[in-house]
Amino acid sequence: MGNETVLSIERVGKRFGGVVAVEELSFDLRGGELLGVIGPNGSGKTTLVNLVTGFVRPDSGKVMYRGMDITGKMPYKIAELGIVRTFQMVKPFYRLPAFKNLIIPLYSPRVKKLRGGKYGDRDDVAIDLLEEVGFERDSFVPYKMASSLPHGYLKRLELARCLTLRPDLLILDELFSGMSMSEVASTLPIIERLNGEGLTIIMVEHRLRELFRIANRVMALNFGRKIADGPPGEVMESESVKAAYLGTEAEG
Amino acid sequence: MAVHYRKERLDRGIKARSEDIFALSSYREMLYLLLPRALPVIALLSLPVLKGIVGLYWEKVLVITCAIALLAVSWDLLASIGLVCLGQALFFGAGAYLAGFLNHSLGLPPFLTIPFGALGGAVFSTLLLLPVLRLRGIYFAIVTLTLPLLLARFIETTKILGGTEGLSALSPLPNIWFELYIPVLALLVCLFGFRRLINEDYGLVLQGIRDNDRAVMSSAINIYRFKAQAVFMAGVAGAFAGAFMTHYYQFVGMPAFALDYSVLPLTCAVLGGVGTFAGPTVGAFILVPLSEVLRAFGTLRVVFYSAILIICIVGLPEGVFPFLQRKYHQFERVVKVE
Repeated sequence: MGNETVLSIERVGKRFGGVVAVEELSFDLRGGELLGVIGPNGSGKTTLVNLVTGFVRPDSGKVMYRGMDITGKMPYKIAELGIVRTFQMVKPFYRLPAFKNLIIPLYSPRVKKLRGGKYGDRDDVAIDLLEEVGFERDSFVPYKMASSLPHGYLKRLELARCLTLRPDLLILDELFSGMSMSEVASTLPIIERLNGEGLTIIMVEHRLRELFRIANRVMALNFGRKIADGPPGEVMESESVKAAYLGTEAEG
Repeated sequence: MAVHYRKERLDRGIKARSEDIFALSSYREMLYLLLPRALPVIALLSLPVLKGIVGLYWEKVLVITCAIALLAVSWDLLASIGLVCLGQALFFGAGAYLAGFLNHSLGLPPFLTIPFGALGGAVFSTLLLLPVLRLRGIYFAIVTLTLPLLLARFIETTKILGGTEGLSALSPLPNIWFELYIPVLALLVCLFGFRRLINEDYGLVLQGIRDNDRAVMSSAINIYRFKAQAVFMAGVAGAFAGAFMTHYYQFVGMPAFALDYSVLPLTCAVLGGVGTFAGPTVGAFILVPLSEVLRAFGTLRVVFYSAILIICIVGLPEGVFPFLQRKYHQFERVVKVE
């Protein structure tokens, strides 16, 4: 992957009734970048993810992906292009065993194309993928029903679902929320490795310490507007970010 | 010291209940697995042979039961993709009218009109439902509820396809064996076919759409295509029932779009157990004959019918079939407790 622009957001805006979720937001994302998106609750982070992945249609502005206008395309079309996301609220297919959850993305036309039609048993592929995100094969975790798995596993199941599609741009919406310290510690290297292999990643995250460690660029939002954008160190020191998190109004 | 008794329930070995590979070590185990599947099939296939004993009346009931069971199984297929359909009559009526039209106007024989009616009726219903496949839950239900009623009024006012008179004097089925075995075989094919389908990888996608359609969409799968395919398959089953009944009655009229064909399959499914395919079939084989047995009560029939229905649903909310299935896999014994 070169340093070409992968994703380009041009003056995108979205309001829900009277609430402005995202306003006049523009940024470019280069290939291989790991962009962290931070901001207080309700600052438009998840809306931004929804806008890029087609679950929400913007009121104004354009979303460009590798020179192609993808504004308002259907979510499955966008996923087929390789923009794949996790959901903040995990909702796996509870009635199926964990590995059967991955059969669904494995059935998609994108995977068929990438793997060249026939690629053996989907079940085996699914179990290999789960092992990659830390499902212990030896203790039969991949075979357990999704409804019986702890939250941390479900989050990683969600990550595995995305990796199944061999993403070109991976968007992680609060992957670490609800994970234990040890689960975060074991998931971080996976993300670092994927990024090291050249995968472009956007991480929406509340766990700032972990995010600042692995991100090579951080963008901060507040009330749907960009208030800081740059290397992690700079953003962390930025006055407007501190103000957004700690508040200033009460003093004045 | 008082002696108390307590019922103890034990699950039969995991071997018999798991859906994965296991070794069958004895005839007993094989029968344990085979009988619940084979017995109903044998019973269904042998019922028509008994026509001399039970009389033509009950043979008629068998045919109607199979038609309703087909609609109920078709309802269940839609339910397993998360589409709650209140308009099975749409499929039934579309198949019935198409078969009737082909026979009445073009003079095609039943062995052509029934397949064409089933396929054409399914295509027609799928095209009608395409715009509303985006809707979910109650919204889809309302649209499907109104569509058959709309079509019935359309036929009434425009007087096409015989208007209120319907199309009569259609060709009968060649002989009684066809009359009895076609619906029975169609039901068995749909029942086992759909059961198989839903457990294949394709069926997992369908189930995924029911559980979380957003996650399926972000797995780069066009859920609307899958929904349309499911509607088509359910439509074939429903329209087949309609096309068959047209030739069975040698008549097709506005009652083909009646609310009964929408409500009864739904009731069968709820009574028998949603999502199992066998459940709705069991439900149909309880409800339709029950309604005939209760004819002896005259006007009070509906009261008894409704009362039995309410008792069943309150007593067995999971459905008759899942209940039987659970009991079959359990030992029950009384143990002494001190």
